Amino acid sequence: MSTLEIKDLHVSIETETGPKEILKGVSLTINTGETHAIMGPNGSGKSTLASTIAGHPRYEVTSGTITLDGEDVLEMSVDERARAGLFLAMQYPVEIPGVTMTNFLRTAKTAIDGEAPSLRHWTKDVKAAMENLKIDPSFAARNVNEGFSGGEKKRVEILQLELFKPKFAVLDETDSGLDVDALRVVSEGVNRAQDTGTMGTLLITHYTRILQYIKPQFVHVFVDGKVAESGGAELADRLEAEGYERFETAAAGA
Amino acid sequence: MSQTVNTTDNASPEEIDADGAGVPVIPGMGEEGEKLSATVAEASDAGHATHSVPSGSQKRPVKPGSSRADRLSSFELADFPALTGREEDWRFTPLNRLAGLHLPDGDDARLTGAAPAVSVTELDGVTVETVGRDDARLGTVLTPDDRVSAAAWASFEQATVVTIGADVEATTPVRIDITGTGTAPAAQHLLVIAAPNSRADVVLQHRGSAVVSQNIEFDVQEGAGLNVTSLQSWDDGAVHVSAQQARIGKDASFKHVAVSYGGSLVRLTPTSRLAGQGGETEMFGLYFADAGQHLEQRLFVDHAVANCKSNVLYKGALQGQDAHTVWVGDVLIRKEAEGTDSYEKNQNLVLSEGTRVDSVPNLEIETGLIDGAGHASSTAQFDDEQLFYLMARGIEEKDARELIVRGFLHEIIQKIGIADVEETLIDQMDSELQVASL
Repeated sequence: MSTLEIKDLHVSIETETGPKEILKGVSLTINTGETHAIMGPNGSGKSTLASTIAGHPRYEVTSGTITLDGEDVLEMSVDERARAGLFLAMQYPVEIPGVTMTNFLRTAKTAIDGEAPSLRHWTKDVKAAMENLKIDPSFAARNVNEGFSGGEKKRVEILQLELFKPKFAVLDETDSGLDVDALRVVSEGVNRAQDTGTMGTLLITHYTRILQYIKPQFVHVFVDGKVAESGGAELADRLEAEGYERFETAAAGA
Repeated sequence: MSQTVNTTDNASPEEIDADGAGVPVIPGMGEEGEKLSATVAEASDAGHATHSVPSGSQKRPVKPGSSRADRLSSFELADFPALTGREEDWRFTPLNRLAGLHLPDGDDARLTGAAPAVSVTELDGVTVETVGRDDARLGTVLTPDDRVSAAAWASFEQATVVTIGADVEATTPVRIDITGTGTAPAAQHLLVIAAPNSRADVVLQHRGSAVVSQNIEFDVQEGAGLNVTSLQSWDDGAVHVSAQQARIGKDASFKHVAVSYGGSLVRLTPTSRLAGQGGETEMFGLYFADAGQHLEQRLFVDHAVANCKSNVLYKGALQGQDAHTVWVGDVLIRKEAEGTDSYEKNQNLVLSEGTRVDSVPNLEIETGLIDGAGHASSTAQFDDEQLFYLMARGIEEKDARELIVRGFLHEIIQKIGIADVEETLIDQMDSELQVASL
């Protein structure tokens, strides 16, 4: 079993008017087999947490720690984090012209595993994973994310999640911009990966809609760069009924 | 100032189409570390000019002679005054490196060197002729529109005419090998005729050493489809100035892919004239400039009739001291050209210091009744977000950078659609990249 532990994390970004603190002391512990949902209003810092875990250079950690089974994640470069078993399904996957999906997937898998996958098995695995996610086989020959619709990009993120088999998956608003069918297909992919029993998931979302398909054991409400409240699945139900207003008012009054 | 990036935006204010906002495709500079000087950052910002549309809808005042429609074209050399380097269309070209192709000694001079040898593969349905300069078909598509082109027209003695017969569908590419063996200033003329409803791939391969001014005409007749790849893989010292003009007939399609990496100075002026309704042109280009190389491309897309489409994408990479690339893309949508759909984009990737990029999209629109007209230009080093994406998938930084640069270049190579040409170019670009300090 693995553990991803975030302790009292403070993160700033550079702005025109100087550094601005976005995360103001976040603590979270996720174990293999667990699904944690992080919910919160826009601007509360949810996506900053996701990008910081992955090591995006825009975000500067000013204090606090992130460890993976005791190893200091903050000391690792972006690619080292991925090879250590962290995966970020991005909110806005970028297009990479001229690099085919086939080439990209094989290159990344080779980097993560430290050795090239057996060609025969790999081709079969990719084909099966694409079928499961209802991705047209022609996408293998297309350039990474180029000309993909929003929903197609998200499917391809989950395709990578299933193929790369990370220890921890961070899903950054994977549900945004998806229609009901795509949301179901994508959620099934996450559930398949989670059901292997070898992964933990941090699901970041604004809406409760995706929680009809992916069932978290833990729900954390994020407000103004901090966890305002943590609970079980029932907390999501309350949010569905009451919205974020209660928390935002509390934060404003604090 | 070690790096120069010029992006001049000459789009007319009528450019109001949503997809024409000129969104920079490479957002942000990717170079980490101390090399990120203020100069570079500033240059990059200039390269990311978003070509905003001025408010208000009044017409831009038209300077006499400033429209591409007013550009002089003539078969008479004397109509083009001796060049000073201050001309709009010569201002980026180092005239002292033209090796006399512009006939600086007067209008009586001629380009008398031996033209590079032309050899064309034999194919069923494809006729190859060598004709004299008095052949009536020559000059029916191309009229010289600058002095160097006019010098070639005044000087050439024989031309090669390649005709793809009506309804012929060539199953293998027509390969035109152009091989130079000397450095005396020479003139060359070729005409490729794609007869009605024919289909063919044509590969022009330029090799060897040469100082040549070249006029190439592509007569793409009704319903024909012509896919031309022009490869400039000259030896180091070559000087190559090439006017490549196409007339695209009704319901015809023309694809032109220009790839330049050899030679000392290469200046291409590819032109697509959409002359019949339903015509389409795609103009793609890739250039890779090393130290001291001057690679210039000036495109012209002339939408003269209604309901035609054009798409232009040129990509360049630069590395080494005084590598200089120029891209100028003129798109003219005339009053008659209602229903036009047009887009042009130029992207440059700077791989080292000491380079210079000039990128100038010019969009003139004389009718509001169009489907779309847009342009974009960007010059950058690496895209941070692409780098982050690949590294977040476990790929080491060095490998990720190589993937991105290769991908940047391959996007054009993928357009060629001829397997062996693509493979050779991929290898060629890889060896160009070996020198680059990624």
